[in-house]
Amino acid sequence: MKQTIMSQLLLLLFSLSLLISSSLAFQSDELLIEEEDLGSEGGFPDLAHIRSSPQPPTTTRRRYSESDQDSKIQFSLEHAFGDSDFSPAGIFNARLKTWNHGAQTLTKLRFSRNDFTEVDKEKFQNLLKGDDFYRIRLPSNVLSSPGREYVISSVKARCLPRESLDEHFVIHMEGVNILAVNYGAPGACPHPRQLKLPAKWSFKSHTVLKNSEQAPRAPVFSEDILGETAEGEVVPPPERSFWAKYWMYLIPLGLIVMNAITQAMNMPEEQGGGQAQQPGAAVQRGPTPAVRRR
Amino acid sequence: MAMAIRVFLLSLLFLSFADHSFSLYEDQAGLMDWHQQYIGKVKHAVFHTQKTGKKRVVVSTEENVLASLDLRHGQIFWRRVLGANDAIDGVDIVLGKYVITLSSEGSILRAWSLPDGQMVWESFLQGSKPSKSLLSVPINLTVDKDNVILVFGKGCLHAVSSIDGVVLWKKDFSAESIEVQQIIQPLGNDKIYVVGFVGSSEFDVYQINAKNGELIKHTSAAFPDGFFGEVLSVSSDMLVSLDSTKSILVTINFQNGEISFKKTHISDLVGDHSGIADILPSKLSGVFAVKINTLLVFIRVTAEGVLEVVDKINNAAAVSDALSFSEGQQAFALVEHVDGKVLLTLKYSHDWNNDLLKESVEVGHQRGLVHKVFINNYIRTDRSYGFRALIVMEDHSLLLLQQGATVWSREEGLASIVDVTVSELPVEKAGVSVAKVEQNLFEWLKGHILKLKGTLMLASSEDIAAIQDMRLKSSEKSKMTRDHNGFRKLLIVLTRAGKLYALHTGDGRVVWSLLLPSLRKSGSCEHPTGLSVYQWQVPHHHAMDENPSVLVVGRCGPNSDASAVLSFVDTYTGKELNSLGLVHSVAQIIPLPFTDSTEQRLHLLVDTDKHAHLYPRTSEAIDIFQREFSNIYWYSVEADNGIIRGHVLNRNCIGEVVDEFCFDSRELWSIVFPSESEKIIATVTRKLNEVVHTQAKVVADQDVTYKYISKNLLFVATATPKASGEIGTATPEEASLVVYLIDTVTGRILHRMAHYGSQGPVHAVFSENWVVYHYFNLRAHRYEMSVIEIYDQSRADNKDVWKLVFGKHNLTSPISLFSRPEVIVKSQSYYFTHSVKTIAVTSTAKGITSKQLLIGTIGDQVLALDKRYLDPRRSVNPTQAEREEGIIPLTDSLPIIPQSYVTHALKVEDLRGIVTVPAKLESTTLAFAYGVDLFLTRMAPSRTYDSLTEDFSYALLLITIVALIAAIFVTWVLSERKELQDKWR
Repeated sequence: MKQTIMSQLLLLLFSLSLLISSSLAFQSDELLIEEEDLGSEGGFPDLAHIRSSPQPPTTTRRRYSESDQDSKIQFSLEHAFGDSDFSPAGIFNARLKTWNHGAQTLTKLRFSRNDFTEVDKEKFQNLLKGDDFYRIRLPSNVLSSPGREYVISSVKARCLPRESLDEHFVIHMEGVNILAVNYGAPGACPHPRQLKLPAKWSFKSHTVLKNSEQAPRAPVFSEDILGETAEGEVVPPPERSFWAKYWMYLIPLGLIVMNAITQAMNMPEEQGGGQAQQPGAAVQRGPTPAVRRR
Repeated sequence: MAMAIRVFLLSLLFLSFADHSFSLYEDQAGLMDWHQQYIGKVKHAVFHTQKTGKKRVVVSTEENVLASLDLRHGQIFWRRVLGANDAIDGVDIVLGKYVITLSSEGSILRAWSLPDGQMVWESFLQGSKPSKSLLSVPINLTVDKDNVILVFGKGCLHAVSSIDGVVLWKKDFSAESIEVQQIIQPLGNDKIYVVGFVGSSEFDVYQINAKNGELIKHTSAAFPDGFFGEVLSVSSDMLVSLDSTKSILVTINFQNGEISFKKTHISDLVGDHSGIADILPSKLSGVFAVKINTLLVFIRVTAEGVLEVVDKINNAAAVSDALSFSEGQQAFALVEHVDGKVLLTLKYSHDWNNDLLKESVEVGHQRGLVHKVFINNYIRTDRSYGFRALIVMEDHSLLLLQQGATVWSREEGLASIVDVTVSELPVEKAGVSVAKVEQNLFEWLKGHILKLKGTLMLASSEDIAAIQDMRLKSSEKSKMTRDHNGFRKLLIVLTRAGKLYALHTGDGRVVWSLLLPSLRKSGSCEHPTGLSVYQWQVPHHHAMDENPSVLVVGRCGPNSDASAVLSFVDTYTGKELNSLGLVHSVAQIIPLPFTDSTEQRLHLLVDTDKHAHLYPRTSEAIDIFQREFSNIYWYSVEADNGIIRGHVLNRNCIGEVVDEFCFDSRELWSIVFPSESEKIIATVTRKLNEVVHTQAKVVADQDVTYKYISKNLLFVATATPKASGEIGTATPEEASLVVYLIDTVTGRILHRMAHYGSQGPVHAVFSENWVVYHYFNLRAHRYEMSVIEIYDQSRADNKDVWKLVFGKHNLTSPISLFSRPEVIVKSQSYYFTHSVKTIAVTSTAKGITSKQLLIGTIGDQVLALDKRYLDPRRSVNPTQAEREEGIIPLTDSLPIIPQSYVTHALKVEDLRGIVTVPAKLESTTLAFAYGVDLFLTRMAPSRTYDSLTEDFSYALLLITIVALIAAIFVTWVLSERKELQDKWR
C-alpha cells in the first residue's frame, strides 16, 4: 500500500520534471515578475503622481504616444566572453504603455534567449576554466537603441552553471531608459568557485523589471493636529481614568464589600454564640458588628 | 575597609560622570579643544596710518576675507568672511574711517567701519556685461562736498558717494564694445579718463565729467599691430602696453584727447633676450618694470614718451607699488633673494642711484619665494623716515619686516587646507633625566595642592586663575610622545600652496612644515597642485624602528590629464624622503589593504587612460599584488557624463616600454543615468579605515538583525538637471532627487529611491550600514535629512542558539558579492532646520561607542547630533521594549540642542571639512574642523565611560585614603586600649 503511493508520487514527480525539462529543452523559458506596484503602499494614484512629476516628455516619446497607446518594442541582449566583442544573445519583447500624461513604461516583458552555439559553448568553457567574466549588455534606451551608451553587467562565469545555466536579470528602468542591468545567478554563488560544467546547455532566465520607489515622506503629524483644531471640529475630551469616571459608584460599592468582609470575618465569632440562627437573620444583624467596631 | 574604599571610588566615579555631561562647562572651554584663526593668502593690503594711536593694516585675501591686522603683533583686530562666490576685487580706505571693498565681479560695494569692522553701507551696482572690475578712490574729487568713489564693474562706471553709498551718477559702457582697462583721474582735474581696447587693435579714450558723468569727448585710434594683455598707467597721461607679439613695448600718450603710439623693441632696450616679456602691474610713477624670464628690467618713461633702461636685476622676486611720503617723494620696494635671505631694497622712483634702505632678512627657507610686497612708512624716533614691508610668501604666509628683522609672521597657508591625514607620535623612550623628574615632581605637587584647594573651596581668585591656566597649558597634552589614551597625534595637512604642515593635536602648534619641492613651480611642472595625502607607511609590530611616512599626490596642472607627482615625507622629521615625477596622469588613488614587509601600503594609481599603476615599485609589492590580482575592483564616476563604471584589472600594459607595474583595466559594468532626467550631484563611500564592532544588531524583543556591511557600497544622489542649480530655480514638479546604493564590485543597484519635489545640494555621510543625507524639499520649503539603513537577510535565520552552538550557521562562510544579495532597506526622513556645509561621523578605535553625526552648519559651527535621532525604526509610539532599547519617539524634525554645538562659542569661518580620528581610548574621538579657521576638539559620544575625567583629583583621592588608613589605626589603637581596660576591670 505504502509502496504504491510512493511509486505513484515518484511517477508524478518524474512526469512533472519531464514536462518542465522538455519545455526547457524546447524553448528557453523565462519568468516574469513585474514590480509594478512601486512600493507596498503606493497604489495607482501614487503611481500616477510619480509619473507626472519627473521629466518633461522628450520628442521620441511624444511621437510614440501620438501614434498609439500601447506599442510593441523589442531590444536585444548582447553578450561577450571575457575580452571578446559583444554579439547578439537574445531579444527582449515588451509592450510600451503610454500613460495619459505622456509618461511611458514597459510592461509585459518577454525574453527569448538564443541558445549557445558550439563556438559559444567552447568560449564559455574557456571562461569557466579561467574563472573569467561573462559579460552582457543592453541599450540604455529601448526606443532609440543603443541610446547614449550600452549598460554593461558581468558575472564570473562559474556562478551560472547549475543544472542548466541559471541567469537572473534585474533591469532598472526610468521611463524608456534602462539605467542599469544587474546580471548574475538567481541565488548564491559560494566563494571558492568550483569549476562545474552545466548538465544542459540551455538557459533558465529570470527577469525582473524595477522602477524607482518613492521615498518615505517626513512625518507631518503636528501640522495635522493643528489643522483639525483650526477647522473647529469636535475635539474629544481628554480620556479620564476609570477611577475618575466611576468613583461615585465605586466608593459605595467598596463600602458594601468592606462591610460584607467584616461581617464574614465576624461570622465565625458569632457562630459560636448563635449556631442555630437563620442566614437571613445574619444579614439583619449586619450593622451591629460595625457598631461594635466603632 | 576595602569595601568602603570601593564604595567611595564608585561614588566618585559616578560624580565624575555626572560632571562630564554632553556639553561643556564654561571653564572647560579650551581644555580639550583649540581654535586658530587665519585669513588666507593676502591679495591687497592698505595701511591705515592716519591716527597714530592704532597702527593697522587692512588686507583682503584669496579666501575672500577682509581683515584688519595689528601692525605690531600681527593679531586680527577684526575679520569679515565674505561668501565663497563673493571674491574681493579691490580694497581702499576713504575718509580715513571707512574701508571700501568691491566684490562679486564689481557688483557689490561695501563700506566697513575701520575701528571695528561693522558694515556701514552696502550698495549693489547694476550692470549687464561681465567685465574687469576696478575700484579707484580719487584723493580730492568731490561732488557736492561728498568724496566720490569711482567703480567700474559689469560694463558700467559708477560714481558712488563715500558717505552713504548712493550712486551719484552712472555711465553705461556696455553698449560700446570697449574692454575697459583703466580709469585715470588726474589730480586737480574734474575729468575722468576711461581707457580701453576695442577688439585687440583699437585704443579708445573716453573723457568724462567727474561731476555728472557726462561724456565730454571720445577719441579712438587704431593700432594695427594689436595689443596683448593689459595696460599699465605710468603717469596721468601715459600708458604702457605690449603688442601682440610680446616683443614691442607700446607707450600710449593720450594728452588732450590726442592719442599717439610709440613703439620700442624690447631687444633695443635690453639687448638680446629670449623668452616672454611681461609688464609687472606695480604702479611706480614714471617707471615701470618688465619681466623677461628671470630678469627684471626697470624702464623710465620720459615726458616725450622715450623709454630708457634704468636697471636690470636678476632673480628679483617682487616689486611693490609706489608710496608717496613727505612732500611728493615717492618710494617703492624691491625684493630679491640673495643667499637664502630676502633682500629688501627701497628706492626713490625719481632717483635710481640712491637706496633709501637696504636690508637683508632671514625668513626661513620653508617659505619659498616672495610673491607680494606692500610697504608703509613711519617716522622714527630721530624724525627720519622709516619703512616697513609686509611680504606674502610662496607658502601664503604673511610677514612684517622692519629694521632688518621679522617682526611677526602668520602661517596663512593653513587657511586653505586641501587634505588631512594623521600620524602617530614616537613612543616615549625610557630613561628620563633626574632633574626633569624633580622639577616635574615639584610642579606636580604644587599643582595638586592648588587643585586640592580648589576642590575644598579654599582657593582665592588668583589661585583659581592659576588652576585654570595650569589646566589650559598642561604640558602633558603638548608632549611630543605617544600617550596611553592616544589623544596626542600629528595632523598632517596639505595646503593649497603645496606646503605640508604637521600640527600637534594637543595644542595645535606647527611641529614642522615643509614646502614640498615637487609641488613648487618648475620648468617641467608649470602649475603644480597638491591633491591629497595618504598614510604611506604606518610602522607597527616588526617595523617599529622606521619612521612613519605619508604620500603626497599632486599633479602638474589644473586638468586631470596633467602628469602626476608623488612625494614621500617622513612624519617625525618632516623631511622629504623621495619624490617621483611621473609620466602618467592621476585620476584616482586607491590605497590597497595590503602592506609589504616594511609596512609600506600598496597604492594603485589609476590614470585617465584607465591604466592602473602600482606603487611602491618593488618586486615584493608586485608579488603581494599578484596574489590578490583577481580580487581588485574599482569604480569611476563620470559626473559630467552621468555614467558610473566598474573596472577590473586585466593584464600588464601593452606599450613600447615594458612596465610590470602598469596594468590594463577592463570595464565590468556600467550604469548610465538618463541625461535628460538625472545628473550625478553627490557620491559618498564608507571610510576605508572605519572599524565596525559587530555585525549583529539586537532589536527589541531579543530579536537580531544583521547589518549589511560591505566596504564596496557607494551612495549616489542624482537630481534632475533643471534642479541641480540653486534652490528656487526649479519648481517642485520638475525637481526630483533619486538616491542609489550601488555595489561597486558587481554594479548591482541594491536600493533606489526617489524623493519627488526635492533637490540638492546633497551632503551625505556613509558609515557601517547606513547613509544619512541632507537635501532640500521644495514642497515643504524645508531642508530634510534622510537615513537609509541596509540589513542582510541572508543571515537573518541565524537566530537559533542551537544552530550557533552546533556551528550550523553561515556566519563564518565567505561572502561573494556575485551572489544575489538578500537585503532589506529601511528608510525615514525628517525635517532639519539648518542648511549644511558638510557632514561627518564620529569614529572610534573599536567601533563600540555609539555614533554622532557632526554637521557643519551654515553658521560655520559644528553640531553633534546623535545617530539615534536618525533611526528608521523610530515610530510615534514606540513599544516598551523599543523604548528600553533606546528608540526615540518619532518627531517630524530633528532637534537642535544648543548645548550640543561642539564648537561651543567659536566659529570655524568658511568651514569646508570635518575629519574625525579615533583615539586609542574607545570612548573618545578627535574631531578636526577646517576652513579658514582650524578647530580641534575631543569628543565622547557616549561620555567617557572608560576613563576618569582630566580634572579628577588624584591628590584628593590619595589624601582620603591616607586619612582613612590613619583613622583605622587610631580607632584600632583606641579599641585595643578599650579592650585592655575592659579586661582590667
